[in-house]
Amino acid sequence: MTKHKAIEVHNLTKRFGAFKAVDDISFEVYAGEIFGFIGANGAGKTTAMRILCGLLKPSEGKAEVAGFNIDNQSHLIKENIGYMSQRFSLYEDLTVEENLRLYGGIYGIPKKELNPRIDEQLQVLNFMDSKKTLVETLPLGWKQKLAFIAATIHRPKIVFLDEPTGGVDPITRRQFWELIYQAADSGITVFVTTHYMDEAEYCDRVSIMADGKIKALNTPKQLKIDFQASSMDGVFDAIAKTSKRSEI
Amino acid sequence: MKQFWIFVKKEFRHILRDLWSTIIVLVLPILMIVLFGFGISSEMKSTAFGVLNIQENSRGLQIVENMDQSDFFELKSSYPTEQSLENAFKAGEIRFAIVFGKEQIRLIADATDPNSASTMVAYASGIIGQFFQNQNPSITPKIKSEIKLLYNPSLKGTYNTVPGIIGMVLLLISAMMSSVSIAKEKEMGSMELLLISKLKPMTLILSKLLPYFVLSNVNLLSTLILGHYLLEVPINGSLISILLFSELYLLLSLSIGLLISSVTDSQLVALLLSGMGMILPVVMLSGLLFPIDNMPLILQWLSNIVPAKWYIDGLRKLMIMGLGWSDVIKELMILCLLFTVCLTLSLKRFKTRLE
Repeated sequence: MTKHKAIEVHNLTKRFGAFKAVDDISFEVYAGEIFGFIGANGAGKTTAMRILCGLLKPSEGKAEVAGFNIDNQSHLIKENIGYMSQRFSLYEDLTVEENLRLYGGIYGIPKKELNPRIDEQLQVLNFMDSKKTLVETLPLGWKQKLAFIAATIHRPKIVFLDEPTGGVDPITRRQFWELIYQAADSGITVFVTTHYMDEAEYCDRVSIMADGKIKALNTPKQLKIDFQASSMDGVFDAIAKTSKRSEI
Repeated sequence: MKQFWIFVKKEFRHILRDLWSTIIVLVLPILMIVLFGFGISSEMKSTAFGVLNIQENSRGLQIVENMDQSDFFELKSSYPTEQSLENAFKAGEIRFAIVFGKEQIRLIADATDPNSASTMVAYASGIIGQFFQNQNPSITPKIKSEIKLLYNPSLKGTYNTVPGIIGMVLLLISAMMSSVSIAKEKEMGSMELLLISKLKPMTLILSKLLPYFVLSNVNLLSTLILGHYLLEVPINGSLISILLFSELYLLLSLSIGLLISSVTDSQLVALLLSGMGMILPVVMLSGLLFPIDNMPLILQWLSNIVPAKWYIDGLRKLMIMGLGWSDVIKELMILCLLFTVCLTLSLKRFKTRLE
């Protein structure tokens, strides 16, 4: 793996009043890797992700995303990242094609280029028949896969996935991860948060957050050795035991 | 710029694919004009009246005929006894009656609606007074009253209600629809996604507001046309100034919608805020249904910050009184001021939320 850095975070802190949501974290994400960002609810991972995406300003610390500073180059960062959340996937009252066109349009991809790109992606997923279907009629798993296509239609350098497989059945989750592998193979860096520990095993490297701090960061294999656990579940439990705060 | 149009298109799709919002946007204004214009009217027309003790060839006969011939009254029947007259009132057959005595004429009015009762009495006394004067011009009545009704000589309620409804409908559509649609993006989480994207927040906001601006203009035209041709409300002033004055009000309404959506992330709250917070004051405090002059002082004060009040006042002046720009300067200034305040507040709130 080339050790070119896609994300660099130095001593990042975010305070809300006296509460430190993110407490002095530092880490690096290498270009082309699948980086798992794991933690219980309330551990601070969403806040950290929002800072990296330019939605929040950090209280202290520095970070570079895709080679740009989050302080004053957020507009350049925006052009180079994609984002997908579990909460919202696609506009339900628009068709599959309209949704993808909308996201392509936001990034100013010319029509000539956009249309074949959409067709190509839909063919990979065998979704061509549903091109003109309203999104609301599709099953959740399909929606999530389409949302992933929408988030990467402009071929960003980095894609942020915020619990992308929440509420999806295991088979679709597996298929979704194949999409993630494909994206990583094509050179997109993947930054993904998840609740599912089996998914943590699929990542190249995993960071585990608790109480606003990064408690562990390594390859899944090394983490299991360090924590003497047979699975990532065991690693997570060992760390979670020591954590003081978590939202129910 | 291209992004802007892509988003405008998206917004129109949202509106047109939602059957109910299409109906609300396009049919509600028409429905309200027709309802208020025909159904709920305070004007007096062909009130049924009865008479008692009428003598053949008497003056009374002449008076009754005069009344029947006017647009305001219609003779229902002549009643033989006081009792039968009372029964007719109770049955709702008549709302007004004239009782001829030996020396005086008694007027009886159904005062369940006191406003129309006093109007009926005033009209009837007018007709009777006129009759006596024609009979004997040499005698001047003790009180000679001459009422001249300005701008609305036939006392049509629609003259009052049509500008009122336009003021209400435009605010309803612009503020309510736009605030709900922005709140929807926040509630669904798509707003966050859009803010992370390359899209500029200003482009996003403007592209969300433009469709509602266009639709409100459709509504403005449809209500004006219906009001003028169906309800025969005159357009005495210049059409251009009426439209320009309305555009200002539209922009103000949209900025109110923006302000509401900057306060909340929930569609329901946005709906309630624009519904209860906007529509109610407009109906109660704009002078549409209740005259502001008769209200308690505190409500009169409050009515001053209701934009619809100023718009409706101005529209009446421009449309029905046929006045020009110089006569609506006060309304214009206040609307401009409210617009600036709402826009500044909402943009400020929008920005701080992104931090």
